[in-house]
Amino acid sequence: MRDYTLPSLGADMDQGRLIEWLVQPGDPVHKGQALAVVDTSKAAIEVEIWFDGVVGELRAAPGQMIPVGAVMATIVASGEAPEPVAAAAPHSVGQAETELTERPTPRPMASASHLEVGGVRRRVSPAARKLAEERGVDLAAVSGTGPLGAVTLSDVEQAAAELAARPTPPVEAVGPAERQALVRQAIATAMSRSKREIPHYYLSQTIPMARAVDWLTAQNTGRSISERVLIAVVQLKAVARALADFPQLNGFFIDGAFQPAPTVHIGVAISLRQGGLVAPALHDVAAKDMPQLMRELSDLVARTRAASLRGSELADPTITVTNLGDQGVEAAFGIISPPQVALVGFGRIAPRPWVSEDGTVAAVPTVTASLAADHRVTDGHTGAMFLTALYDCLQRPEDL
Amino acid sequence: MRMSYREAVREALHEALVRDPRVFLMGEDVGRYGGSYAMSKGFYDEFGPDRIRDAPLSELGFVGAGVGAAMGGMRPIVEVMTVNFSLLALDQIVNMAALYRHMSGGQFSVPVVFRMATGAGRQLAAQHSHSFENWYAHVPGLRVVAPATIADARGMLPAAMAYSDPVVIFEHVGLYNAEGDVEEWRCDLEHAAIRRPGTDVSIITYGGSLPKALSAADSLAAEGIDAEVVDLRVLRPLDRAAIADSVRRTHRVVVVDEGWRTGSLAGEVVAGIAEECLYDLDAPPRRVCSEEVPIPYAKHLEEAALPQPDKIVAAVREVTNA
Repeated sequence: MRDYTLPSLGADMDQGRLIEWLVQPGDPVHKGQALAVVDTSKAAIEVEIWFDGVVGELRAAPGQMIPVGAVMATIVASGEAPEPVAAAAPHSVGQAETELTERPTPRPMASASHLEVGGVRRRVSPAARKLAEERGVDLAAVSGTGPLGAVTLSDVEQAAAELAARPTPPVEAVGPAERQALVRQAIATAMSRSKREIPHYYLSQTIPMARAVDWLTAQNTGRSISERVLIAVVQLKAVARALADFPQLNGFFIDGAFQPAPTVHIGVAISLRQGGLVAPALHDVAAKDMPQLMRELSDLVARTRAASLRGSELADPTITVTNLGDQGVEAAFGIISPPQVALVGFGRIAPRPWVSEDGTVAAVPTVTASLAADHRVTDGHTGAMFLTALYDCLQRPEDL
Repeated sequence: MRMSYREAVREALHEALVRDPRVFLMGEDVGRYGGSYAMSKGFYDEFGPDRIRDAPLSELGFVGAGVGAAMGGMRPIVEVMTVNFSLLALDQIVNMAALYRHMSGGQFSVPVVFRMATGAGRQLAAQHSHSFENWYAHVPGLRVVAPATIADARGMLPAAMAYSDPVVIFEHVGLYNAEGDVEEWRCDLEHAAIRRPGTDVSIITYGGSLPKALSAADSLAAEGIDAEVVDLRVLRPLDRAAIADSVRRTHRVVVVDEGWRTGSLAGEVVAGIAEECLYDLDAPPRRVCSEEVPIPYAKHLEEAALPQPDKIVAAVREVTNA
């Protein structure tokens, strides 16, 4: 039996509120399937599972705050004997919300409340103690029926069932104003941490875009409007391609060390209508062709704004790209989203005077690409070579 | 096929003697008398005095001879009338048989099988009734098994003969007359066996206490307690995975062992459970062992001194708080 736990859906996330279960005990589930919708401070996220199996027991109830890492359900993995489902109703992780919403911290061996009665250590079987911890049952409120009055597994199970039987408070719909405040708070936390911890360095490069724009125009000829690929996709693909030679810009800085990521998942900064932004992952950009990337990007933007992202999309990005060209700025110098180590920014593509190789000046569409990178992992030399590689990639769009 | 435990052991011995000319049986009264428990009845006439060897009342001497014969290329089966007498031969079993592979740097192995009757219940008094299985289960270099079923009585000897290191087989005197149907008897000497699956408590036992545990489990079933009965089968090395697996499912454990509680095999089993699955326990483990007295001769006192089904039932009620 394996556990389905609440993953961290971002560096700053330490809890989430369960909105609804998408499965019931006994349902077969498959790797990649979303089992639950969890509200983080940023959005309602569908949380996937990463192995095949059958849902055993649901241990969290809608409306409940769940700490990151807590078991939300048990899954009987394929090939295992299923264990009998104790009760049809999901067991509640607990009513004592204040306790659950705290980040789990090591508890003292004996907290007076439930372990001692009149100075005598209360008898709780080891198995019951473990189960109470898992289900969030307060042992102080459980009476023991075991040997010498000990609290046993069945006592804890009964207490958990009683908790689950109590009417669950309706899930509060998070209103737009509250959501906006939460998003603002999440951004504040992440960006403050970034600026506090990450020694950024910034580089920029002006890149002529005539070839890329002309190539894309030719490519889009004959495509229906809905199939047309945006220049932003060409830029994303170029970033992924350029990163192939600079793995030290693609990955995570965790526990004092850099961990390169094997694939490029670009976090695409998407602004939200009510304010704020989210940067969910466009997966494995290097391996996909542009029409596919375009479809996935459209889907990602739509779902981000509808607040229905999947957990992996929030947790996965290995680098972020922010494109503020549509807003008309010349260049964008971003703040790295920890634990990532780099961010690429693009400004507006517009005709600007450009001195060509023969010395003549012409009006050519150009863009300013920038790199914000973590100086703990790379130096300006690496960053400069990366921007040059990006420049080259955008001169040969047909090779992307 | 229906047979008794005694017939199963006899058939296994007979097969071993027929199959391999290096095999011989040696012990007190195994030849002309036909075995203290009639295990080798008729063998003397069939196989002759060279292969069915009557030994003098000298355990140290004939057990040592068996060890030497094994080192010399024979496959002896040495019968010690009861484990109580085997204490005279402890030096040959513990210091010689168990250690020779080690002491000779792997040059010698000692492929000998020691068979010993063990246990009480037949009014044979203290000097013939004790259970010292754990003395041998303590020693690296020995494999120690306890056939508790008729199939294991039939199958464990041929399995033991396949080892090139010493194996000690404990046959409980209370089992010899047990009868049952035996279909498949081939077995390994590695794994414990679940003799009765259950969900509420694991009764872990071996040897002569198995029928008592099964009887207790039947009584408990009438009370609505579904007991699992685990037969250790192999006392060294213990099948710790099987023990833990059962306890993780039932969360309660009673260990039944005819040895005395202090320093018992039951203590080792409980210690292993505490080490490996403390957090799966829903009640303190209980042991049902012999009372710490010399096993009495008088029938009612002997019965009172030994683990009995009602004592097992009482222990299970304690851990289940029934």
